[in-house]
Amino acid sequence: MENIIKRHWNLSILALVLVAQLMALAYQVRKPTEHGSVRLIRLWAVSAITPFEKGFVHSVDGVANGWHNYVYLRNVRRQNDQLRDEIQRLRLEQVRLTQDANQAWRLQSLLGFKEQYISETMAAQVISSTGSEFTRGIYIDKGSRDGIKRDMPVITADGIVGKVYSVFPSSSLVLEINDPTSGAGVILEKSRLQGILKGDQKGTGETYVSNIMADERIEPGDVVLTSGGDRVFPKGLPVGTVAKVLSGQESFLNIRVKPAARLDRLEEVLVITKIVEKAPDANEAAAGPIRAIDILAQRLPTVEPPKPGEKSAPPPTMAELAVRERAAKKAVQQNAAGFNAPAEGNPAESKAAAPATPGSKPAVNPATPEKPKLNTGPPENPAKEPPR
Amino acid sequence: MAASYSSREQFEVYRFSWITAILVPLMALLLQAYLPLRLPFFDLFDLPLLVTIYFAVSRRKPVTGMLTGCIIGLIQDSLTHRPLGLYGMAKTVVGYAASSLGLRIDVDNPGSRLLMGFAFYIVHQLIYFAVARGLAIQSLTWRWGHELIAAVANALLAVLLFAVLDKFRQRT
Repeated sequence: MENIIKRHWNLSILALVLVAQLMALAYQVRKPTEHGSVRLIRLWAVSAITPFEKGFVHSVDGVANGWHNYVYLRNVRRQNDQLRDEIQRLRLEQVRLTQDANQAWRLQSLLGFKEQYISETMAAQVISSTGSEFTRGIYIDKGSRDGIKRDMPVITADGIVGKVYSVFPSSSLVLEINDPTSGAGVILEKSRLQGILKGDQKGTGETYVSNIMADERIEPGDVVLTSGGDRVFPKGLPVGTVAKVLSGQESFLNIRVKPAARLDRLEEVLVITKIVEKAPDANEAAAGPIRAIDILAQRLPTVEPPKPGEKSAPPPTMAELAVRERAAKKAVQQNAAGFNAPAEGNPAESKAAAPATPGSKPAVNPATPEKPKLNTGPPENPAKEPPR
Repeated sequence: MAASYSSREQFEVYRFSWITAILVPLMALLLQAYLPLRLPFFDLFDLPLLVTIYFAVSRRKPVTGMLTGCIIGLIQDSLTHRPLGLYGMAKTVVGYAASSLGLRIDVDNPGSRLLMGFAFYIVHQLIYFAVARGLAIQSLTWRWGHELIAAVANALLAVLLFAVLDKFRQRT
């Protein structure tokens, strides 16, 4: 035996190293854990690598920022003019959407819907990827010292990115939604179909919603939002759009979703550190917590806070609430039937919301923007800054 | 200070300073983690694998080669969320095989480096895939087309990278 080992010394060492790794692998598969000895190895490795990555990223960003902000300013004046025009157009659109959102909030509060609100977020810089084509993950420069915890959702202004998978003292690993092992509860905005968004098992980086009934009508371009069913992402965050509808097994469909966030070009992300769940209050709809979808889509307007008079108004009596509820239900039924009749409660509000009803023409068509009038100006209450 | 790594004497014998032996794999790991953020196509390459192959064939010591591959692979594993040992085992075997090959053929020739890069990439991916699916119960799908393209890309990069790394090696 000893002679055999001596004769095949190199092979024996190879076998020994492989067996040791196999046993470690078996241990991890049998007892997956974030703590213990395996966690310690990861902690050492990540702690050793992260400072170099941070230094590297900050140096590269510093040089790039210097170049773009102080040297390479070609066409900036023309872009400024274009952006000014765009702002004017969006302000007009904001007025219309604000009124729609106001009405939706009032109806929701009357019907007692509970919603999740993003209460606190933390901006983080992406410092590296996992460096493996078999996994889709990124490292951010915030960790347990900053209050980051496992399973916190990570988003950008465009849409969801993923969730925190591992937390280290000064960095965290974020598992992106296109990783083969990830999953997120989603809903199609138009058809209200729910499903689970998963990364492609082939590791192509594409995302799919599988096992949708084939008799459902789904078209490319349909918007996909988070459903809130996974208890990780708040409801209503943009996920992406339907890129292709593919036939799956038996009578099911698979939907390829193009993520709204640029997962392959992430530089900064927001970690949602606190989510509160509550029924919206009509009085504090504008002044209270900001809805998840509003904090994300900074291009979209937030609701104007109520006027001082409204805020200090006494709480409604039970009889008034009953009247409002009836009016709200009636308005919902009328909207569903495609009518454009004013609601009972407040004719002025109904009038303001009229462009949102089916069949009516919106005040401004975003697809064919008109030349904005200069005296239109911004709304009285500009969009609220998201909490950081 | 030079390390005592050296080869058997029928071929050129090389060694590396400790600084090179530590910094080159570290840089490979850093670049592998950073570059895909700016250049998404860089996912295709596996710099730590190429560095493992280079050190293994230059040192021509199977035990050293496999240990180099094992350490680089385990660090690479620890940066992902998958179990430790997938890259570790794949790179251990590649390190051993590359250093054993270095004892038998001339690995300084660009042609042999190209073939070596191609073959070891495929071997590495096959081992990773087999271990991940068979032992770690990970859901992965093998794509021949993608892997062949990646193997060619890595082989081409290997020729360039090895030529650069040749500057850091020292004859004994």
